[in-house]
Amino acid sequence: MHFAFTDEHDMFRDTVREIFANQCRAEAIRESWDSADGRVRGLWATLAEVGVLAITAPTEAGGLGMDEVALVRVLEEAGYGGVPEPLVEHVAVAVPALAAAGAADLLNAAVSGESTCTVALATGGPNVVAPVAADLVVAEHSGSLLAVDSGALTVVPKDSIDQSRRLAEISFDPEAATLLAGADVALASDRAALGTAAQCVGVARRLLDITVEYVKERRQFGKPVGSYQAVKHHLANVRLGIEFSAPLVYRAAWSVAHCDDAVVRGRDVSMAKATASDAVDRACRAALQCHGAIAYTFEYDLQIWLKRGWSLSGAYGSASVHRDRVAGALGLSD
Amino acid sequence: MDLELSPRYLEFRDECRTWLHANRPAEPPASMDSAAGFEEHRLWERTLFEGGWSVPAWPSAYGGRDCDLIEWLIYEEEYWLSGVPGRVSANGVSLLAPTIFNFGTQAQQDYFLPRMASGEQIWAQGWSEPEAGSDLAGIKTNAVRDGDDYVINGQKTWCSRGKYADWIFCIVRTDPTAERHAGLSYLLVPADAPGMTRRTIKRLDQESGFAEIFFDDCRVSADNVLGEPGQGWAVAMAAAGSERGLSLRSPGRFMAAAERLRELATASAATAGAATGTAGAAIGTAGAAIGTADAATGTADAATGTAGAAIGTAGAATGTAVNETGSGLDLRLRDEVVDAWIRAEAYRWQTYFVAAELMAGGDLGSEASLMKVFWSEMDLELHATALRLLGDDAEVPSDWLDGYVFALGGPIYAGTNEIQRNIIAERVLGLPRR
Repeated sequence: MHFAFTDEHDMFRDTVREIFANQCRAEAIRESWDSADGRVRGLWATLAEVGVLAITAPTEAGGLGMDEVALVRVLEEAGYGGVPEPLVEHVAVAVPALAAAGAADLLNAAVSGESTCTVALATGGPNVVAPVAADLVVAEHSGSLLAVDSGALTVVPKDSIDQSRRLAEISFDPEAATLLAGADVALASDRAALGTAAQCVGVARRLLDITVEYVKERRQFGKPVGSYQAVKHHLANVRLGIEFSAPLVYRAAWSVAHCDDAVVRGRDVSMAKATASDAVDRACRAALQCHGAIAYTFEYDLQIWLKRGWSLSGAYGSASVHRDRVAGALGLSD
Repeated sequence: MDLELSPRYLEFRDECRTWLHANRPAEPPASMDSAAGFEEHRLWERTLFEGGWSVPAWPSAYGGRDCDLIEWLIYEEEYWLSGVPGRVSANGVSLLAPTIFNFGTQAQQDYFLPRMASGEQIWAQGWSEPEAGSDLAGIKTNAVRDGDDYVINGQKTWCSRGKYADWIFCIVRTDPTAERHAGLSYLLVPADAPGMTRRTIKRLDQESGFAEIFFDDCRVSADNVLGEPGQGWAVAMAAAGSERGLSLRSPGRFMAAAERLRELATASAATAGAATGTAGAAIGTAGAAIGTADAATGTADAATGTAGAAIGTAGAATGTAVNETGSGLDLRLRDEVVDAWIRAEAYRWQTYFVAAELMAGGDLGSEASLMKVFWSEMDLELHATALRLLGDDAEVPSDWLDGYVFALGGPIYAGTNEIQRNIIAERVLGLPRR
């Protein structure tokens, strides 16, 4: 029993944190909103270069051969950085599915960053993230996963409150798609929820950091608003939410990587997502409230993380959906 | 990261579980906050000690078995799952002992620790005063040096188990000229010291769990100062970390409680399901009766009779279905049970995460405040859910009701949760004090 990250995990985390801090600044994110594909210029290539896109891919396929434990550490940073790329979809879900199916060419393209993948899973609902930016969609169909070339998609775009989430409903002819035999739908869905939970924790951390800095500076009645107990308690609650959701995310990552019992794995993932969704919801509410009117503007950058929080909280299953699943695992539902 | 328990730990778990089950008292003792129950609990302490399980994390020289932190957490999980009596010695073992290990002289360690381990000396905490609760630095009880002794005057209150304890660990003011946090000393006082009077205060549950303690020229040896005179605040705060964090409330007790809550919910669901089933069957019978009645009058149209019979069948079927799935559990209550279970797991894994940091040489600073707020509010919510599940019977005395009343104290003792949130905001997040 050793519940801690390794030096390797921490070094990798530090690397991606620096990349996001440099290449994915708020201005770059805002620029991406005006582009056709919603992406941050050059970021995907950098992520490919340092191996982020290849974390979970087997070493024979040019991957790093690391597990979900390493992955959640990086995805947490992606949440913290407000990264608008379909990272969860690509790294957490598509790459392992392509690897499991032995789809060598598709996997190589994904790992090298030549292609961008997204996913269409039943647990994600009708809204697919970034199908316009993607070259390949790993799509659930009749209990299997299919690889669908983006050229074969009919895409009906949909707006999201988060300008970084380019949603669409998609349709395709399953006959024209490639069956990813050996890739498991339930596992893919758990990975999507796990990766999103990790991002939720990162988003919550960023919201807290921004707000703490703000309330230290902002003065009313002659003193910093952060000195008032009401504000302190709001932010202490946010910290509590983070403190007790992150370990569930790390524990779930371990289960996805090492647990063969799908019920236990699903329970652990759902505990993590339910808790992380609640934590980020709480962080959004408190961040907005503690800032006051400035946070209610489009211009102030807090909105990047507020909107990410609102959308990721519900993505791949809201807290109530995942509680329902935990209830099932505990024998408390039909 | 490795979340499997190695064979060594699995063996430890087995050994621990086997011993607890073999030695569990046939009858639960009376409340430790009654005179008789206190002594019954002391006997349990003795049993634990003789089996080598009273203070497993201590060095063997003092009656422990040198457990590491992971073993201790496993021990706690097994302890609370097994349903053995609670620890009347918790104040000493969880709060004072870490302080004695840190600050005690060799003579103090050699004298107090073995007696604490065996239950011969059971401790109460004498910190709060009528005018000093959350504002602990405002204490007024003073101790004046007189030769080889200190002479104490003042009053302590809300001392849990203070009426029956053998010793009290106190914070007193030894330098009347010093301000607030300075000039305090940590003093160990035997309950039979001349000049000490103890009076019980009935708690909410009518047990005499609290004592107020009056010192009138109460004389104790100067050898009983723990740490340096005047350093009482620093010594006390080291213990406060233990009190708020994992040593007082390990995850094991909440995991056990969450599991019992799950069982309670399953049982209530079955009862409610059966009741709904009965109701469904009754609708079925009524429906069938309408059908029969219609057929019997011979004047009603046949369709009504058929419809009545159909409702009867559907009603009976619903009754059976509900009965089988036990879905009689209200969804909101079900989610509360799920949340209790998730929170217990969250506390467990957060603790293992902290434990790994401690074992790597880190220390539990203001993080302890995060843990204290979390476990105390989790415990309260968990028991509130149990009472909601019990419904009409919630007010009737039960272990759940006792647990609820006990849990109500959690957000108050060991520093109120309001104070803990201030600590989190100021020391963890770095917000300005004023």
